[in-house]
Amino acid sequence: MLGVVGYIALGIGATLLITASAFTIGGILAIPLALAQRSRFAILRLLVRGVVNLVRAVPPLVWLFLVFFGFAELGLRMSPLMAAIATFSFIAMSYFAEIYRAGLAALSRGQEEASAALGLSTVDSYRFIVVPQVFRVVGPMMASYGIGLLKDSALASTIGVVELTFRAASQAQQTGQGLTIFAIVGIIYLLLSLPLAIVSRQVDSRLRARFSVA
Amino acid sequence: MIENLLSWTQYLPALSKGVGVALSMTGIVIVLGYLLGLILAYASVSKLQVIKIVALVIVEVGRGVPLLVLLYIVYQGLPQLQLTPTAFASAVIAFTWSAGAYSAEVIRTSIDAVPNGQSEAAIAVGMNRLDSFRFIIAPQAIRVGIPPLMNIAIQFFQFTSLAYVITVPEIMQAAYFQATVTFDYFSVFLAAAFLYAVITIPATMLVSRLERHLAKHL
Repeated sequence: MLGVVGYIALGIGATLLITASAFTIGGILAIPLALAQRSRFAILRLLVRGVVNLVRAVPPLVWLFLVFFGFAELGLRMSPLMAAIATFSFIAMSYFAEIYRAGLAALSRGQEEASAALGLSTVDSYRFIVVPQVFRVVGPMMASYGIGLLKDSALASTIGVVELTFRAASQAQQTGQGLTIFAIVGIIYLLLSLPLAIVSRQVDSRLRARFSVA
Repeated sequence: MIENLLSWTQYLPALSKGVGVALSMTGIVIVLGYLLGLILAYASVSKLQVIKIVALVIVEVGRGVPLLVLLYIVYQGLPQLQLTPTAFASAVIAFTWSAGAYSAEVIRTSIDAVPNGQSEAAIAVGMNRLDSFRFIIAPQAIRVGIPPLMNIAIQFFQFTSLAYVITVPEIMQAAYFQATVTFDYFSVFLAAAFLYAVITIPATMLVSRLERHLAKHL
């Protein structure tokens, strides 16, 4: 049994790689999307809204298959790992855009007006006034989306990425001990999400102590 | 040109059989999941430590473990205990577990959202605990809880796509079969995406309208 657990645990690397890459890439790509939703141009706002809603309306598994199998048919062939990272980054991007938007909306308009009144440039106002305050609201939400991403990364096993769930499924088939093996994998996922859960709670309570964010 | 752009629509009839399976699975899961959620929410505030801990473990596992892993625990795990549920039943069990866990959290927080003064006032005017819950707490908690509970239903309609991995003939299973026959992967999965979106987007819009409507009376 110990050998089986060791074999499965080797999948932690791939699971964390997918999660961390999608979190980072999605988090960065979401910034222009969130800013576009505050644009003066209604068409741009509508377009971004549409994309964000569409991404969330289709299950991740469908996006994954569309990217891995569909794009290959169109000539864009990717390894399973690349396809998984690309898909989850794309999905994370739309969720983060929504989270940032909510964070920006929670910030009183007066903050930006005040920094403009003080003569700060747009960039400086974002850097010193808006972003630090928005991050405090958005941080816990990002941490809990990170946990969601970790769980979603299990889907990568369906296109053949050799991560935790894939390794577990292959071992379960070989040994016939499905219950034991998947219970262990479940515990591994819970343990992996623990640090994020703690961060999300700590940030949250520290914030409540320092600011009265609703 | 237009014909090329719309070539994916030819797969809609073949996939629409899966829509029925997905929707009926969602219906069963949601009814059972809300019931389980109600029981878990009640058990998680029980005075008996054992019941409380069991409820909390069921909720934490249901929310914290990937749904795909829960699905495998039921479908590939139960045979280890000499139980062999069908693929459909396995999916229903796994999804109900998860839906129940999420619903329990929503139900618990909705009840918490009703100010304490409400139940104190109910007791002050001579109501017993059951009546205070039935006439004072529950009607207010329901206004808070209904939109997130309906969002859970929409979520689980999307999650039915996972049942594909254990051969339930839902939308993705039908799509994968079509794709392997025609090799037209992109169009087939585009058609699948369309079917999910065409159900999910109006449902989401309806829920957010309802949410705004209910919020007026809070």
